[in-house]
Amino acid sequence: MSVSLTYAYYPGCSSTGTSIEYDMSSRAICAALDITLTDVPNWSCCGSTPAHTVDHTLSSALSARNLCQVASMGLTAAVTPCPSCLSNLKTAQHRMKNDSFREKVSKLLDKPADITVETKSVLQILVEDYGLDKIKAKVKKPLTGLTVAAYYGCIMNRPAEIMNFDDREHPMAMDNIMTALGATVVPFPLKVECCGASFGIPRKDVVMRLSGKLLDTAKEMGAMALVTACPLCQMNLDMRQEQINSANGSKHQMPIFYFTQLMGLAFGLSEKELGIDKLCVNPRTVIDALGMEGNSKEKSQ
Amino acid sequence: MNVINISSSCNSDFVRQVEEESGQQLSLCYQCGKCTAGCPYTTEYDIPVSQIIRLTQAGQKELVLKSKSLWLCATCESCTARCPNKIDVARIMDVLRHMARREGYSGVKTVKTFWDSFLHSVQKNGRVFEVGLLANYISHTGRFWTDFGLGRKVLPKGKIHFKPSAMQGKEEVAKIFRRYVEESTK
Repeated sequence: MSVSLTYAYYPGCSSTGTSIEYDMSSRAICAALDITLTDVPNWSCCGSTPAHTVDHTLSSALSARNLCQVASMGLTAAVTPCPSCLSNLKTAQHRMKNDSFREKVSKLLDKPADITVETKSVLQILVEDYGLDKIKAKVKKPLTGLTVAAYYGCIMNRPAEIMNFDDREHPMAMDNIMTALGATVVPFPLKVECCGASFGIPRKDVVMRLSGKLLDTAKEMGAMALVTACPLCQMNLDMRQEQINSANGSKHQMPIFYFTQLMGLAFGLSEKELGIDKLCVNPRTVIDALGMEGNSKEKSQ
Repeated sequence: MNVINISSSCNSDFVRQVEEESGQQLSLCYQCGKCTAGCPYTTEYDIPVSQIIRLTQAGQKELVLKSKSLWLCATCESCTARCPNKIDVARIMDVLRHMARREGYSGVKTVKTFWDSFLHSVQKNGRVFEVGLLANYISHTGRFWTDFGLGRKVLPKGKIHFKPSAMQGKEEVAKIFRRYVEESTK
């Protein structure tokens, strides 16, 4: 008998705004796979990049407050879709193994920091705890005919000692999921190259250069769309794609999906619950090119 | 090429402090340059990351702490992932900008203002309030047209909220910031 998977769910700030479709589609596919996600009560921001550039104790305390909230739920495993949140939670846990650092962090909190909670990304639980074979078995509408490049971003897998997931230079988790869904995955040499991260506002030129290179390369490799697992990467590539085109003189119209959205489509979930309409670059042509085979397969069953 | 007289300008306290705060042994770096070779931001840096490490080894505190590079590092972890001697280079960059902040170096104004506005938003709301963050950034930099053109694209998507998310316990988050300031001024 299989035990159902249950996790505390930490959405992260962008899930309430610019990456709402990542949150929607993560929840939808977990529900479809009978994975139970229970929201961390009154979760707060992990501090993201800005906090760790100011001070490591402050940064860890902002994460540790949330780990305490998870522990108070009586759960031992927490999951978040966002690699930046995950990186902060994991880094805090890693550093708090040092007693004197943990004491410093606890001084900033209402209660002592908890170090028992295990944290993972949504991507990680899907491939490690749920399993590719079972994902494959859930596919109702294979993504046959869709050619994608999988882009992981820089911190989903790094630093390896802290993130402890997949490969630091050549991760395959999303590639394998996409293949299981029936899509064709092109080799993508920039899988873990930075997109420009949070410099979109203070140094847009840097994002134009770095994200531009990602789009150019994905296109050269023959991808029809990019698949991402990070809200910031997705935002730079999708929301800023027009800016990138005008800065670089390119003409990309490349849909930038969250991997969870494509999983949902393959599971036969509605576009609405996956937030497909929230994407800035219109994915209509790419999605319309799919589906026929899935529908006919469904009819034949 | 800059020539530095190391014997007269080496601040060994600085070297010790960086090692202590980062938990890294600076002498492990033998200047292979692999961190710089893979750094996506090196074209924006005034001093490449491998040279930042070399100057830090040599105790060149002022040269290092006034470098713009510290503020243009996105902590993408390429350097850390690829260092053949397993030096956590990104952590050293982080620690150097902590020190630069404490010593009052202005850094790259737009980047520092963005990070400050972000944390201000967290301190005030418990979570980041994206519109408030942008407004704060614009009011401090005077860059009124920042992402003006994105509104047309993003507003109809219903992703942008004009009120901060209502969370219970945001006072606990504000307390973390307050205690942090108290502890660091002790």
